[in-house]
Amino acid sequence: MSGQIEVPLYRIAHARSGDKGNRLNITLICNAPRFYPPVAETTTAQCVAEIFASRRPTRVVRYDLPRLFAFNFVLDDVLEGGVNSSLGLDGHGKSLSFVLLAATIRIDRALLQTDTAALPVTTAALRANNQTQRQ
Amino acid sequence: MNRTFIGCGAGFAGDRTDAAIPVVRALSECDGARYLIFETLAERTLALAQVERRNHNGLGYNPALDRFIRPVLRDCVAAGIKIISNFGAANPRAAAKRIVALASELHCPPLRIAIVEGDDITDRLSPADLAEREVGGHLLAARPEIIAANVYLGAEPIVRALAEGADIVVTGRVADPSLVLAPLVHSFGWRLDDLDRLAAGTMAGHLLECGSQVTGGYYADPGVKDVPDMADLGYPIAAVDPDGTFVITKPAGTGGLVDRRTVTEQLLYEIHDPAAYLTPDVVLDLTAVDLDELGEDRVRVRGARGHPRPETLKATVCIGGGCLAEAEISYAGPNAAARARLAIDIVKARIARQAPGIALRADAIGVMSVQADGDGAAAAQAWCHPPSDIRVRFAGQFPDAGSAEILLSEVEALYCAGPAGGAGLRRHATPRLISASCLIERDLVTPIVSFVGAAP
Repeated sequence: MSGQIEVPLYRIAHARSGDKGNRLNITLICNAPRFYPPVAETTTAQCVAEIFASRRPTRVVRYDLPRLFAFNFVLDDVLEGGVNSSLGLDGHGKSLSFVLLAATIRIDRALLQTDTAALPVTTAALRANNQTQRQ
Repeated sequence: MNRTFIGCGAGFAGDRTDAAIPVVRALSECDGARYLIFETLAERTLALAQVERRNHNGLGYNPALDRFIRPVLRDCVAAGIKIISNFGAANPRAAAKRIVALASELHCPPLRIAIVEGDDITDRLSPADLAEREVGGHLLAARPEIIAANVYLGAEPIVRALAEGADIVVTGRVADPSLVLAPLVHSFGWRLDDLDRLAAGTMAGHLLECGSQVTGGYYADPGVKDVPDMADLGYPIAAVDPDGTFVITKPAGTGGLVDRRTVTEQLLYEIHDPAAYLTPDVVLDLTAVDLDELGEDRVRVRGARGHPRPETLKATVCIGGGCLAEAEISYAGPNAAARARLAIDIVKARIARQAPGIALRADAIGVMSVQADGDGAAAAQAWCHPPSDIRVRFAGQFPDAGSAEILLSEVEALYCAGPAGGAGLRRHATPRLISASCLIERDLVTPIVSFVGAAP
């Protein structure tokens, strides 16, 4: 098989949100180094600004961390004033990492084929599995 | 190998109070200088503590102190593990006295307890002075009453306290990573201009300061990112070499996990520019950091680079923020969505009449609880397939608790005067604090170290 396939970022990366006042950062970390180039190419600051457009970010910056296969997106003024002012339940924006992970990108199908073999979940998943089997 | 070990027993004031027990057990078995930190002072926590100090003289420290310290104090003293924490909040002196009382109750030998003060700048700087130094907004220009103004102190006063033989160091506001950097500076004799060493210690502090967030907490996603035994998450320990390289691990026999992925998530948590993480001690550059999995639950972290510390110190200034009124009511069964929407329409109409201009929000929990956004498009889409059990949550911002009652009463009135089947009403009003940031010249701030029983 060849060609491209559309996948949610969730399939190839994980993420965590943090806040400072009305500013949100979302760290997007690729599950394996090979996913870094396509994510770098497609998941631009502009693209993330569009994903969060309804929150009207005044500025979105992407910082690249190639040694960690990660990106840090910083979105200004998207938290309804932040935790001290927001009327919403998630004034910290803690759930918003999963909004980013739900976005889809197109990648080479071949990148996914070695997916399970190369997933660096390794020790964690194995141990969790072992535990489940023991019970 | 001359290593120093630092464990973290709490990453926030509401953290698990039994988490430190296995950390202390593991530290007891380590060969080298050992420290235990508790980070319990979020941005608003200090302002709340300040209010409490004013209302009840003698309080104003973190009330969780007892619950955090009691289970481990004896063992720490026995093993020579020193404790460093910011649970002094608005009243480190009172916190230190409380620890003296606890130590006596637990039959510990006499302890040398240091108090770090000088973070409270309300005596030094007038509201006008603070307004002049505000950055990123103009909240202070209108001269609101200032509830708390505290500068983030760095590692230096904690290093001084340790040098003077402290067994326990109690602080108010210090930068979170400084709680970890300080014992490393003390232990290894790092110079305060050895920027890469300071950066490494700050990075260790950043990874430890949120407790289990680096050992599998706030990480688990079943089937995708599995974390074993989260009911007994092991809290982190950093084993640090004299050159600043360190390994993040956790106590044997605990749940959770430490791997490249958990460490990466926490390394970048609440970071903006990864090349310039500003602390009072150093500007930390994470862009050349390398992580290596050394084995089960052991990740080596190295490559932090340091740049000279900022010329000013950051202060958080808290002012009153009115009152948040929240009330919830549920609708379930056939046509629940329509009844929920009717309830929203009713309350909005009544509030518009009684409190025009009030910011009011309604969420339908079950349809969407946290991801509704500015233009409502996401929520509108979710309403296309509504569930049959919906909890409507109203939230409004009011000037004070008295006026907040308007919303609370209106939602309560839905019980009789609202749609059919309204159930499970809950209502509460929460006083709010808002914060401004100021940049303060270093020469206006004097960190003070004293010991219990001695004058400051």
